[in-house]
Amino acid sequence: MTNNWRFLWVHVTVVLALLLLVMPLPAAVNLFRPDWPLLVLTYWVLALPHRISIGTAFVFGFLVDVMVGTILGVNALGYSVVAFIVAANYAKIRNFSILQQSLLIGLIFAFYHLLIFWLSHFLTGVSFRMAYLWPVLTSMALWPYIFLFLRRFRRKLKIQ
Amino acid sequence: MKPIFDRGPSLTLRLFMALLASVGLITVDHYTDTSVQLRSYLTASVGPLFYLANLPQDMLFGASEQFKSHQKVLEENQVLKDTLLLQNGQLQRLQFLQQENDKLRALLGANPVSEGKRLIAEVLAVYSHPFSHQIVLNKGSTDGVTVGQPLLDDLGVLGQVVSVGPASSRALLIVDNTHAISGRIERTGLSVVAEGIGQADTLRLIHLPHSTDIQEGDRLLTSGLDGVFPEGYPIGRISRVQRDARQPFLQVNAEPYAKLDRIRYVLLVWPHQGTSVADPQIIAPEPEQSSKEQH
Repeated sequence: MTNNWRFLWVHVTVVLALLLLVMPLPAAVNLFRPDWPLLVLTYWVLALPHRISIGTAFVFGFLVDVMVGTILGVNALGYSVVAFIVAANYAKIRNFSILQQSLLIGLIFAFYHLLIFWLSHFLTGVSFRMAYLWPVLTSMALWPYIFLFLRRFRRKLKIQ
Repeated sequence: MKPIFDRGPSLTLRLFMALLASVGLITVDHYTDTSVQLRSYLTASVGPLFYLANLPQDMLFGASEQFKSHQKVLEENQVLKDTLLLQNGQLQRLQFLQQENDKLRALLGANPVSEGKRLIAEVLAVYSHPFSHQIVLNKGSTDGVTVGQPLLDDLGVLGQVVSVGPASSRALLIVDNTHAISGRIERTGLSVVAEGIGQADTLRLIHLPHSTDIQEGDRLLTSGLDGVFPEGYPIGRISRVQRDARQPFLQVNAEPYAKLDRIRYVLLVWPHQGTSVADPQIIAPEPEQSSKEQH
């Protein structure tokens, strides 16, 4: 298996995360649904910043737009910005402990959600509620697990 | 190992290109009409993903059906039979009333109200992101689903279809921020517009003057004036009326009857097709019957 073939697994993990994003859930927990694809993408940008960055993030952001039904381009923009922030600072972020990373992820994801809110507000006039930020907390809580799981996955498959 | 100089454009340039592309997409999608066709293609292309994402839930439901006790199935069967008997009784009366109504409308010179064709669809995915309340259905253009088609559940109006793929389609719920529906207050006959505000349990009635006769608990029905939803289906109950003289209009909220947060099956309606008589055959679901219409 050449490195390029192994590299396909990266995309497989993000597509699986996309499925988790649209999986039917009871309404009570739906508001707390973490941003699965963004979490997985963030890991890959952090691990392979020269291979996975803004381009990939843009494509998957666009897919999220298509699947979720937001105005096309909104999530693509948000994903690209997050990928940019992570790719520009990957060397620093890698040196943090996992908990520090988690806090930073919270900050970046909060920014992402505010960006999406701001665009939606500008385009369709939604009004802000604090409940929109629940996914930030759940994503933060999930980051250590995602990070450890995907790192193990990457080392096992020797993706670099 | 990749050579260090072979890295393509710089990050900032890439971000700039991505931002430019996103803004272009947003403009095309939001400010032009070409996106309806585009969205239909996109819905079609991601359709299989929704079937995949729905698998765990399907298996879970399948398993729980499998392990239901015999006693429970018998009980459920009895309840369903009772309901069917009751509703068939009412249906006979409905048929009579419908005929009478048609005759009276003919005497008045008005068009008969058509019952329309119906089809039951299963919900593949519910997306209740605060900024978009949409559902994905397992029926598409091969079943005759078209854009703009109304959607009901057993209690009231749910929404309308916004994009169609061959085997799946996407519908906008009435509580979505970009959706508005033309309604009528049952008690007074007043025409209103109810728009979604992005919360699953609230609709807002807009542009009502302070002198309007409206009360909490009033029933809100579709008026048929929007040309999308057939007349007379229940939308919701008025849940809050606030008369604040500082505001230019009354602040009125309604609560939808349809259970928008736990939809599993929906009824697709073709308001302008089918017979005008309430025919039990049409009301009983028969998905195969409707597939003859091709688009």
